[in-house]
Amino acid sequence: MILTNLLFATDPARAIRWLVTAFVCLSATLQGCTKPEPGAEFNDPFEAQNRLVHDENVALDRFVFGGGKPRKRPILPQPVAERMANVAGNLGLPGAVVNNVLQLRPKPALTNTLRFAINSTVGIAGIFDPASAMGIYEDDTDFGETLHVWGAPEGAFLVVPLAGPTTERDLLGSVVDIVIDPVNTLISTPESYYATAAKVGGKIADRQRFGDTVDSILYESADSYAQMRLLYLQNRHFELGIEADVFDPYEDPYGQ
Amino acid sequence: MASDLSRRTLIAAVPAGALLSILPVPAKALNVDQARKLVDALVAEVNGVINSGKSEAAMFKSFEAIFVRYADVRYIAQSSLGPAGRQASQAQVNAYVKAFQGYISRKYGRRFREFIGGKIEVTGARPLKSFFEVVSVAYLKGQSPFEVRWHVFDKSGKDLFFNIIIEGVNMLAAERTEIGAMLDKRKGDIGRLTSDLAKLG
Repeated sequence: MILTNLLFATDPARAIRWLVTAFVCLSATLQGCTKPEPGAEFNDPFEAQNRLVHDENVALDRFVFGGGKPRKRPILPQPVAERMANVAGNLGLPGAVVNNVLQLRPKPALTNTLRFAINSTVGIAGIFDPASAMGIYEDDTDFGETLHVWGAPEGAFLVVPLAGPTTERDLLGSVVDIVIDPVNTLISTPESYYATAAKVGGKIADRQRFGDTVDSILYESADSYAQMRLLYLQNRHFELGIEADVFDPYEDPYGQ
Repeated sequence: MASDLSRRTLIAAVPAGALLSILPVPAKALNVDQARKLVDALVAEVNGVINSGKSEAAMFKSFEAIFVRYADVRYIAQSSLGPAGRQASQAQVNAYVKAFQGYISRKYGRRFREFIGGKIEVTGARPLKSFFEVVSVAYLKGQSPFEVRWHVFDKSGKDLFFNIIIEGVNMLAAERTEIGAMLDKRKGDIGRLTSDLAKLG
């Protein structure tokens, strides 16, 4: 992330070349997206490798966040972490607007632009969040969603080091998001370092705020990999507006 | 099971309006309004506990009690157990359901704690397949509002919810995965699953 910031800050033409290359790779990669096994509940052909990466991620989380032990001191005081999350969230808005436009969705594009304008000014560079108080919430999106809107298949479920669960389509989307993010292209050092720091702080804030929920998945489930895969895919499909199968209790042979 | 089938056939065959005119007083068949009322009452109770100023520990106890009162825990338990319930004796299943009730109410009752400082608002209800879906929005401190759907039915004779779907994440599916994995680890032994469930959550 820091590397790309540096690259783009010094040479905008390079950013454009990156973009073109990314699109060429993109079409090539999506052709190669892994197709689901017929009848399988999840498209997870790399399950064995995914589980290994998942175990390492959990070990790292345990080391950093205490592994679900109560009364572990937070890494960052929560008020500080949340301010950083605000800044990071605000800096994510221009990238979201780019994707809103690529998805031909003007309404969320306007909402996100308005939110960015309010929080960057009245909210002092996004440290505070007056927009939410006015009922203007982020309409979150990313390039993974743009790919979905364009009709790209989801591909296989993947677990990547540090970032955790994703899919082939979403992983590619994350990479493209770094490239097309106007913030990465426009700001230079040392501001880009602050932006990166805010993003890391924001991740810590989220991990701390949802501590109980995350702990219960990672440390209290009988099979944390299976739980995480289910939760990630269900929630992602919800975000993408993919209609989930409705579970009908009158067709359930087991719940008598 | 037979009565469920005939009930569903009836619903499919006879339009709701006609059904109402045939039956003078529909015995207390669930409808959209009643499904909505159930979730309204549940939300009011949760909000009441949040605003009661009780200690967190006392709140957890109240949340657990609310969960047990409004959820069809027996259905959720058996559905989560899946085919393993078929081979078990009635006594084994009953013991399992009892342990599951403690486990699930502790687990999800605790989740209600995240609503402290926030609120839930019911925004709509609609019939869905053979049951009803009530849609609500949760407003939590420092977070964008998010959607919580409640699936309500009256299979047990009482109006109860049997599934909660938070931003697409489905409680029944999560519990099936969880109980399935626990059972695998115990080589399918329901007795051990039951005694371990009693300690969890």
